Amino acid sequence: MRLSRSAKAILGVVTALVLLFIYLPLLLVVVNSFNSDRTFGWPPKGFTLEWWGRALDSTGVREALLSSVWVAVVSTVISLVLGTLLAIALQRYKFFGRDVISLLVILPIALPGIVTGIALNNMFTTILGVSLSLWTVVIAHATFCMVTVFNNVIARLRRMHGGLEEASADLGAGVFTTFRLVTFPQLRSALLAGGLLAFALSFDEIIVTTFTIGAGDTTLPIWILQNLFRPNQAPVVNVVAVVLIVVSIVPIWLAQRLSAESVGVGAARVKSAAR
Amino acid sequence: MALQTQHPAPGSPPAAGVPRARPNRFSALLHRSPGLRLAGLITAPAGWLVLVYIAALAALLITSLWTVDTFTGKVSTVWTTDNLVTVVTDPVYQRIALRTLWIAAAVTVIDMVIALPMAFFIAKVASARWQKLLVIAVLMPLWASYLVKAYAWRNVLAEGGLLEWMGAPVGLASPGYSETAVILTLSYIWLPYMILPIYAGFDRVPDSLLEASGDLGAKPLATMRLVMLPLLVPSIIAGTIFTFSLSLGDYITAQIVGGTTQMLGTVVYANVGAANNLPLAAAVSLVPIVIIMAYLFIVRRSGALNNL
Repeated sequence: MRLSRSAKAILGVVTALVLLFIYLPLLLVVVNSFNSDRTFGWPPKGFTLEWWGRALDSTGVREALLSSVWVAVVSTVISLVLGTLLAIALQRYKFFGRDVISLLVILPIALPGIVTGIALNNMFTTILGVSLSLWTVVIAHATFCMVTVFNNVIARLRRMHGGLEEASADLGAGVFTTFRLVTFPQLRSALLAGGLLAFALSFDEIIVTTFTIGAGDTTLPIWILQNLFRPNQAPVVNVVAVVLIVVSIVPIWLAQRLSAESVGVGAARVKSAAR
Repeated sequence: MALQTQHPAPGSPPAAGVPRARPNRFSALLHRSPGLRLAGLITAPAGWLVLVYIAALAALLITSLWTVDTFTGKVSTVWTTDNLVTVVTDPVYQRIALRTLWIAAAVTVIDMVIALPMAFFIAKVASARWQKLLVIAVLMPLWASYLVKAYAWRNVLAEGGLLEWMGAPVGLASPGYSETAVILTLSYIWLPYMILPIYAGFDRVPDSLLEASGDLGAKPLATMRLVMLPLLVPSIIAGTIFTFSLSLGDYITAQIVGGTTQMLGTVVYANVGAANNLPLAAAVSLVPIVIIMAYLFIVRRSGALNNL
């Protein structure tokens, strides 16, 4: 198929316009975090650092940031352990029910986040009678963060040479020693990538969080949602949104450099899990 | 599998300098029994998934058959199909379900129309170097927070904001916070999920096929319609699964840019929070589940599910 020059040019222009469409709104948030007009009027009226200062001073923002980091770290740790165990089990053993379990692990990302959210909310409040807190958020996040770790580890295991582990056992190393000295070093970068993705995923998750968080707790996304409709907080919301963009994109960028298989659509689908 | 083969008893003398485990009875037991190793690996993660997630989904289904005590506001375990009947027959819920379907369908079509030429350009026109850069450029914002993206559109659509300023010279008004705004914003948020599978689909079509078609006298448009499109169908459907099912479950975007627009998700959220009617919320949430399952069932023959 030979495309004319002009057809190619038109396609190029369309692509450029779509990219502009993709990036413009995000850039606007960044610009508005420095915009002295508090109603997001365009063009910006002037440059100010006031909102950044107010965001730094705000105890609400600082507490929300700490909660977000805490939730993300704890869920990442849990999902690292569970995801790795599951990946090794499914990749290295054949057993009855293996297909069911491999379907089960993607279910939290296959159903819309609102379903996951309300199902867990109902489970905690109605069935178990547990009061919602940051711990219930951690349980919810770990459930879908597990998938990113699982995906990364299982992809690595598929490419790894099982012979090394066999050799280690033949040379007399026990099961745990073999894992520590042979398997783990080969998994390290996959674990780091999976962990970074899990962290980013949990850090800015909103839908499942709204259904599982306690009344007195806030994470950064929850803080944004609560302050979004308050006109005098709006500029500070922009600042927090910029922080959220940066904190979620940097780990992804690092993860992609660590392991190519980690950042595809399938993995990104996890984000939607959450929705 | 390597780990399943039987080894001679781990007793042979280790070479000097090779780290080795202290003789450990537990480790030796695990070494002898693959079943025990598997149990140790699988119990915690499978238990977590079943106890936390599957149990929660089952409970959701059951709760939709319960009621709320009107005096205490607590869920009471009286069995009834009232919630399900209400959701199916009440015209209010019918309207909301139809609106949600319409929004999801519109978002899907818009994203398809935007994604096709762009994915084609990236896969078949751009040079190898640009191809790599463009894929990353599409991929990056996909990871930015969904909330922030919806919020960004609140900025764009604001009264006196960017869109109004851009539209003014050509006489276009901003849709403000409305249903149109929800469609626009959701199209924006899910666009990369449509571009990437279609790009992957285009990338898999061999160039030689297109050249052959051209050599045989087909014009580019004919090649596209007769050669490319049939090969692309599974990828396009894979993209629609994302945009469609993700839009169907949305409620945050509707809240942020929708003004008074109600979607299934907003009804679920309102019934969990303010209205405090979990059984009804559970019943409403079954609607998107059923629709998505039906959609997956319809498209499964196309092979799209392997393209996810």
